[in-house]
Formats: sequence, C-alpha cells, structure tokens
Amino acid sequence: MIKVEGLTKRYARTVAVDNISFEVEKGQIVGFLGPNGAGKTTTMRILTCFLPPSEGTANVAGYDVMANPLEVKKRIGYLPETPPVYPEMEVSEYLNFVGRLKGIGSGAIHSKVDDVVGKCALGDVRNKLIGQLSKGYRQRVGIAQAIIHNPAVLVLDEPTSGLDPKQIIEIRELLRNLAGEHTIILSTHILSEVEHSCERVIIISRGKLVAIDSVANLTNRLRGSEAVAVEVQAVDGRPNPTEVQQRLEQISGVSRVMMKESKDSRLVFEVESLQGRHIRADLARTVVNSGWNLNEMRSVGLSLEDIFLQLTSAEKPAEAAQENQEGGTK
Amino acid sequence: MSSILLICKKEFKSYFTGPIAYLLMAFFGLIFGFGFYTATRDIVRFSLQAQMMGQQQPMNLNDQIIRPLLGFASTISLFLIPMITMRLIAEEKKSGTIELLLTSPVNDISIIIGKWGGAMLLYLCILGMSLLNLAMLFAWGKPDWHPVAIAYLGLILQGGCLLAIGTFISTTTKNQIIAGGVTFFVCLLLWLLSWFTAFDTGGFGQVISYLSIITHFDNFAKGLLSMKDVIFYLSMIFFALFLSLRSMESLRWRS
Repeated sequence: MIKVEGLTKRYARTVAVDNISFEVEKGQIVGFLGPNGAGKTTTMRILTCFLPPSEGTANVAGYDVMANPLEVKKRIGYLPETPPVYPEMEVSEYLNFVGRLKGIGSGAIHSKVDDVVGKCALGDVRNKLIGQLSKGYRQRVGIAQAIIHNPAVLVLDEPTSGLDPKQIIEIRELLRNLAGEHTIILSTHILSEVEHSCERVIIISRGKLVAIDSVANLTNRLRGSEAVAVEVQAVDGRPNPTEVQQRLEQISGVSRVMMKESKDSRLVFEVESLQGRHIRADLARTVVNSGWNLNEMRSVGLSLEDIFLQLTSAEKPAEAAQENQEGGTK
Repeated sequence: MSSILLICKKEFKSYFTGPIAYLLMAFFGLIFGFGFYTATRDIVRFSLQAQMMGQQQPMNLNDQIIRPLLGFASTISLFLIPMITMRLIAEEKKSGTIELLLTSPVNDISIIIGKWGGAMLLYLCILGMSLLNLAMLFAWGKPDWHPVAIAYLGLILQGGCLLAIGTFISTTTKNQIIAGGVTFFVCLLLWLLSWFTAFDTGGFGQVISYLSIITHFDNFAKGLLSMKDVIFYLSMIFFALFLSLRSMESLRWRS
C-alpha cells in the first residue's frame, strides 16, 4: 500500500531524512518511532504530498507522490502534529467543509459527518466553536477530519498527544477498528502506544532507518539480551561498591553493570548481558566465591523503551549501524 | 470549480464570525457617510444661494456629489484592503491549517482564487454600504445611473487588483501584521505614484504613472469606460494571483 524507496529530504543545511526505504502492506498499523527531530514528520509530509522529496520515490495506494499528487491526496487522510482546525468554525461546520474539500458530494456529506462524529465521540460538542474546545477534543476533531472521506491510507502524526488516558484507550480502539480496511501509519514517541496498537515498528533516528520489524520480533530479538538485578550483601563488613562492580564487569558475557541502590551493607546492581549469553550462573558463582551473600537475583525484562534507547542512542553508533543492517536484510 | 466556491464561501463566512467584517463595514460606512453629508450639505447651500440670487445654475448631482464621493471611496479602500487580505494565507501558515489545504485533493490555484474570491465578496459588502447613501440621491434626485455604474465597476476592479496584491503578500509570510503592513505600504506607494508623476511629463514619468492604480481609476470616476483601463486592472489581478500561486508552490520547496 505504501512503498518508499531511497527517500531523502535535504534542507538548506541539514539532511532531515536520509535514504529511507520501507514498505507497508494493506490493512497494517505501523508505528513510526524516533526521538524528536528524527525525521518522522518530514517523512509523513512527503507521504502526504505536503513536501516533495529531494531524492527517492514514495508510492501511496499505487500512485507516486510526485507524479500524481491529486490521486494520492484523495486516498490519504492526514493528521498533522497540531490538528489543522479553524478556531472560528463549529465542529460540524468544519467537518462539513473538510469533507467537501476532500471530494464528498453534497448529498452524502451529512451522513459522513454524522458517521465520524459518532466514531470520534464528538456528539457533545458538534455545535461548539472549535476555539472553545479542550486540546483532547481538538485532537479528536483532527482525527475525524482525517478519516471523513474514508481514505485507504491514514497518516497520523502523534494522534494521542494531549489526550487523557481514557481518551487514549478510545483512540487506540478506534484505530484498531479502522485497521482492517485502512492502512495506518502513526508516529509517536510514546512506546507503549506502539506496543498496544501497532503490528510493525519503523524506528528512525537522525533521518536514518534504524530498525523495521514486527513489535513481537523486535522485543524478542532484543530480549535475547537479558537484564538481571542482583542484590549483594557482605558477610563481614561492607564490600567496596567499585570492587563489586569491577568483579561483575569481568564476567564474560556482561555488557553493562549499573549500581542501582546501596543501603546499609546491601548493594543492588543491574547487570545487562550481551545478546544470547546466559550469565546468571557465572554471576551467582562470582558473588559467592568472592565471599559475599547473594540475597536476590531476578530478571528485569528489557522494555521497548530500553530497546528504543539502545537503538537510537548516539553513544553506540556501531551497534546502531549493525542493527540497521539487520533491519535492512529482514 | 466546486472547491473554489467552497473555499471562497468558507473564507467569506469566517470574516463574519470575527469582528473584522463588521468593523470594516462600519468604518467605511461612517467615513463615506460623513463625506456624503458634507457634499450634499454644500450642494444644498449653493443651490439655495443660487435661488435667492435668482440665478439658475445648472446643478449636476453626478458631477458635484457622486464623482468626488466615489473617488473618495477608492481612497478609503486603500486603507481597508490590507486589513482584508492580511490574514488570508498568513493565518493558515501560522496555525498549521495550510497543511490541511495542501494535503487535500485541491489545486493550489483553487485555493488562491477561492481565498481571493472570499476577500472580494467582503470588499463588495463594504462597498455596498455606500449604496445606502447613493440610494437617497436616486430617491430625491435624478442622477444619471450610467456613470455611477461605471465608477462602481472601476472600484470593483481597483479593489480586486489591490486584493490580489494583498493575497500575494499574505502568501509570503506567516505574520499577519507584516502581511498587513507591507500591503498597506504597497497600496500607499501605488497611490502616491500618481502624485509624484503629476508634473513629470517625460517618458519615465508616463510609465510610472501608467502603473499607478489611481490614474486608471480616474477615467472610471468620470464615467468613461475604456478598454485600456479594464485590461490594465485585469492583467494586474492575473499577475498578482499568478505570483501568489508561485509563492504557494515555493512554500513546498522551501519549508
């Protein structure tokens, strides 16, 4: 449904999007993840024909964004970062205007407006001025305007920002209902959002594609590397924290050791392993052989948050590049 | 075509949801009404004096009231037009609604013409205020309506031209104040051009005076409909709207 190849967008001094390629199948919900300034919005703007790409092609619903922008625009619904609403219009009046603008005939417009007002739960405010609405309602009006013409592809830039938790759940449900017939790309920096509503994740950082995979695969792949919390207690006297840390770091297969807590004579460390290495046995042995007590050892699952940080943090460019290649070959 | 009408209607309506349309109409109505009052008071006084002295001077409503008044209206509109056009595109750029328009299946040219059309409709409403005054002349006097119609056509063409220039300036910025200020400055400049060149009869002066929007209105005010002036205004409108279109397109490449 969406096919992007070698997409690059250069501004005067910066490269916002750097040679990105991906494909999205019909009916999928895809999460577009990245830190601020990663190029999410730029990519979305190219897909919606708001900006032309500097290089590469983007194909939406069978039409190229450069060659056939009008056909693409007919088939795409777009919610920009700030909902594009006119504060001086009433909700129903606004939806009417947008619907007509997107090519709905005057005969069908009323039923379409009623339809989206129901879907986005805007019944209470349909005769209010948009300028008087709260941020959450404005956001919902924005979503309503994106889906009013029943587009094949929905592009939503941070659709749940500014909503309260109940509304977020409602929007998630709405998106899930829409997913069957629509293809949805949504950008967000809230990771639980992706875990909840997306089937696939595209992670970009600094304009480059870092990973593209299903949510389950991505978490599984990186959960191969486990994190273990260890509580160490000295038998006689206080063990030196740096000494413990050094000992733990020397264990083969350990990638990172962080001290979390030190209370009385107990020290809590979080130890992360390299991918596919099991370190618990060695860990226990080291602690006991050093003459300390091992009070507790439990695994701390790597959340999508950690994965995301691992993939996008600038400290580990080599790792990111490696992930990039893996992502590309998958 | 339908999207032009749609945008035009929406634009026209949004003027009336805020105070701007009412303010401009009231302002124009007040000033024009004052001008009308002064002009009629004078002509009544002169005609009374003439009668008392037993002279029969030919009184002509067209020459003595309508022509100077509509010339006056054309000057007032120079001040009103920046306030009509300043928000057209600048506001959309500021609030981000431009993304909605540019990602809807609508041509850029429809957006520009629709916006300009909406401003044009408001301008017609403002001009309509002057009809209230002129209607009284027609009720109690017998002015010739032909030159009046031609003067109004001139006002509409001149207004359309300035509105198109204002639309272009509004596409270039996202700050309404700047859009309004620059438009006002350009209007003032076009107005002053006719003064600067009033004493200059050389070739350069003639070119400059030809560009002045006011000089072309003079003929309309006199009730003369010349093709030269109509074509000047139409081509200026076309040119300014074309520039707006280009400026909108460049928005995509630059932003």
